[in-house]
Amino acid sequence: MSSLLTIEGVSKSFSGSQIFNDLNLAVEAGEIISLVGKSGCGKSTLLRLVAGLDPVHAGQVRVNDLPITAPGRQVGLMFQEPRLFPWLNVRDNVAFGLSPARKSSKDNVVAGLLEEVDLTDSAKLLPRQLSGGMAQRVALARALAGEPEVLLLDEPFSALDAFTRMRLQDLVLKVWHDYRPTMLLVTHDIEEALYLSDRVVVLGEKPAGVQEIIEVKLPRPRNRNDVQLLELRGQLLAELS
Amino acid sequence: MGRLNPLVGLILPAIFLVLWWYITDIAHLLPVNQFPTPGRVWNTGLQLFNNGELFRHITVSLGRVLAGFAIGAVIALLLGTLVGLFRPVERLADPFLQALRNVPSLAWVPFLLLWMGIDEPPKITLIAIGAFFPVYLNLVSGIRQTDRKLVEVGYIFGLKPFALIYRIVLPAALPYLLAGLRIGLGQAWLFLVAAELIASTRGLGFMLIDAENSSRPDIMLVAIITLAVLGKLCDWLLQLAERWLLRWTDTFKGR
Ligand SMILES: Nc1ncnc2c1ncn2[C@@H]1O[C@H](COP(=O)(O)OP(=O)(O)O)[C@@H](O)[C@H]1O
Ligand SMILES: [Mg+2]
Repeated sequence: MSSLLTIEGVSKSFSGSQIFNDLNLAVEAGEIISLVGKSGCGKSTLLRLVAGLDPVHAGQVRVNDLPITAPGRQVGLMFQEPRLFPWLNVRDNVAFGLSPARKSSKDNVVAGLLEEVDLTDSAKLLPRQLSGGMAQRVALARALAGEPEVLLLDEPFSALDAFTRMRLQDLVLKVWHDYRPTMLLVTHDIEEALYLSDRVVVLGEKPAGVQEIIEVKLPRPRNRNDVQLLELRGQLLAELS
Repeated sequence: MGRLNPLVGLILPAIFLVLWWYITDIAHLLPVNQFPTPGRVWNTGLQLFNNGELFRHITVSLGRVLAGFAIGAVIALLLGTLVGLFRPVERLADPFLQALRNVPSLAWVPFLLLWMGIDEPPKITLIAIGAFFPVYLNLVSGIRQTDRKLVEVGYIFGLKPFALIYRIVLPAALPYLLAGLRIGLGQAWLFLVAAELIASTRGLGFMLIDAENSSRPDIMLVAIITLAVLGKLCDWLLQLAERWLLRWTDTFKGR
């Protein structure tokens, strides 16, 4: 059986500057992968390639053995910026993400998601009335509303305070428990990567490939202060410096 | 600046009125047969209002403006959407439309009269031409200003082309479209007068020409003031719609 998501020999460059050279990664169904690496090394670009937003210059991205050539509902992406529709209020922005299958129970699903990201009282606000952290939570709720088979999250918690961040990490885990999406998560936060994922993938310098993969073989729910996590943390830090 | 009472907009017209009254009625600086006093214009206006003549002209003109504006705006909406969305359509249609745009409005009149007779069709066509271009141009640039990042969100959620257009591109272009509609409506009034000055037997433009022929500057001023008030009223209605439809925008609104 082949992997659910396969990134095979992928190369990508922007106007002469090569970002990836022969990048390979196989992700199993239901796996949570964290992508870490220096700013500008191509993490967002990689998510765009997997989502089918940008073409690869060589190699292939496959989901369920089918090459990705264009974006579709199967792969969901939460962008690094919230990208909310300014003319829709919070509730309608979240509802925008609903998959056709969930449209019938729209009100309940949206209310549930708003509850999870703690925005029930802000449902009627417009994006211009939101703080950065609120906007990011709306974007997360919108991405989750789509229930894609592959869920790509680009620094989903970067604008949040430490407490909210931990709560939403647990929300992502809960969603993962509920329907087992395959997840690729970009983060700068090493603790977050280790707390959430099955494997942490370190991208190297440009032209980047996979520099190192660190496996986190701990059952969930994990203890954030687990000694094994702290050990892996040291290993990761060494890898990144 | 704090919130000012909207009635401050009446200060300038009031000053103007007083000046007009002073120059014509008190100081007698202008010959009255060329420049009537406010009182005279008021009386004439009242008379025309009471005998229903003013109302008749207004209905005719308003009908023409609305018909021409609606036709021009709808065509602009369709063409502008196509041109804005599809580069090949733009290459095909835009040079031709830009050339047409540069034809001065009055140049159309003889041709339209010859082609369509002197009834309503040439007038409404002329008004539609006037309303078309601002709506078209603004809509095309509005569509082209749409944030690519928002369009990508649409792609990610698998929107079909048609849904992409009405759920993302058109809402994003709405501020431009509404600005275009307001300018287009103003143009419609402009072209209305052009049409009615040349060939008509009713309407505010006809009122002007008729007053010229019978040397009645007071009637002219009644027509001009009516045009100003109607134009302002129409624009005000669109402005209200604009404010409501664009309450989501986060732009500098002036200090
Ligand atoms: N559309 C683009 N055109 C040109 N260069 C780009 C474009 N998108 C990204 N890049 C470049 O690719 C590199 C990787 O960018 P990105 O994937 O956003 O990095 P990261 O998310 O890891 O911080 C950067 O050097 C950036 O300048
Ligand atoms: Mg990035």
